[in-house]
Amino acid sequence: METINFENVFEGKLAKNEMVEPKDWMPENYRKHLIRQISQHAHSEIVGMLPEGNWITRAPSLRSKIVLLAKVQDEGGHGLYLYTAAETLGISRDELLDNLHTGKAKYSSIFNYPTLTWADIGAVGWLVDGAAIMNQVMLQRASYGPYARAMVRICKEESFHQRQGFEVMTRLAFGTTEQKEMAQDALNRWWYPTMMMFGPPDAESPNSENAMKWRIKRETNDQLRQKFVNQTVPQVEYLGLTVPDAQLKWNEEKKGYDFSEPNWAEFKQIISGNGPCNKERLAARNKAHHDGEWVRAAAMAHAKKKNEVYEAA
Amino acid sequence: MSDNQGPVWEVFVQKKAGQPFVHCGSLHAFDKEMALQNARDLYTRRSEGMSLWVVPSNAITASSPEDQGPFFESANDKVYRHPTFYQIPDAIGHM
Repeated sequence: METINFENVFEGKLAKNEMVEPKDWMPENYRKHLIRQISQHAHSEIVGMLPEGNWITRAPSLRSKIVLLAKVQDEGGHGLYLYTAAETLGISRDELLDNLHTGKAKYSSIFNYPTLTWADIGAVGWLVDGAAIMNQVMLQRASYGPYARAMVRICKEESFHQRQGFEVMTRLAFGTTEQKEMAQDALNRWWYPTMMMFGPPDAESPNSENAMKWRIKRETNDQLRQKFVNQTVPQVEYLGLTVPDAQLKWNEEKKGYDFSEPNWAEFKQIISGNGPCNKERLAARNKAHHDGEWVRAAAMAHAKKKNEVYEAA
Repeated sequence: MSDNQGPVWEVFVQKKAGQPFVHCGSLHAFDKEMALQNARDLYTRRSEGMSLWVVPSNAITASSPEDQGPFFESANDKVYRHPTFYQIPDAIGHM
């Protein structure tokens, strides 16, 4: 009887660009890496609802309000796609949420910055979702099937997010002097935090090597960051705004911009819990989960009662 | 840890009348009505479908990847089940 070498089968799949599915054998470290990455991604979607939700009641028009509502609802949906993808790896939803609520799991550093003005809502959609798209387009080809498929759905929906943000920026940048200043101020505050979203420089990124080897990621943090800058600078120029980086310069040789790195010490502070809004975000998540307790209990009791009636009949 | 989320359901969406139902993902819900409503809110926010199925995940039995070879093998040597196995004279045209 022929025995199957599972490791060879797994490596063979990666080599042939085939997807790994939940029931397939996979190395334990691959599973762990995916649980960490997918759950962080899911937590980021859910926590990301908070800074934007902050402006729903204060949106300047009914149109901008319904658009922002739809956008924030999408983020909730994206979190749910990702949580179910993570659950296929053998971790429960309760455990995932518990890891977020106790601070054991991380989420994107970007959501620990406050949204101070309406222009921040524009900047978040335009820059933060723009950076997220760049990362997620790549992840549509990730080697783990459920993750890649969730990404396909998410990418389809993200492009609306970035466009609505750019629209907000356009209105402000071409509005009154004060509105333009507000747009510039938001760009000043969100530029570097957005650059941090791609993660630490390749040389210092602890998880990159495995992610590339296992074809979860296909481009490095630095490659994606460069791509983002190249794509975004012409958009800033269109708006008549200025990138808050005196070193920013087109480099004809590499056909891309040279730019300043974000402050990585600040990044480390934020991911270790000391950003401007870390405590507020975690408290809001815990409160929402706690406040929803009775809804879950009631839904469970209702389902149980109906089942009993059904079984008795 | 206690289960606070309800069981997992698999969601199938039919894009247009007459088309097959295609698996699009899963979700948690406490009963079938809730599963259907959650499926609508989660998977058809942009009119992606006109009909939905929700099936409790534990009701699905799947073939196992390890047995893939032997399990499907018997179809491999039955080339005569394909139309290309047969030679049709040019003179009669399309068949």
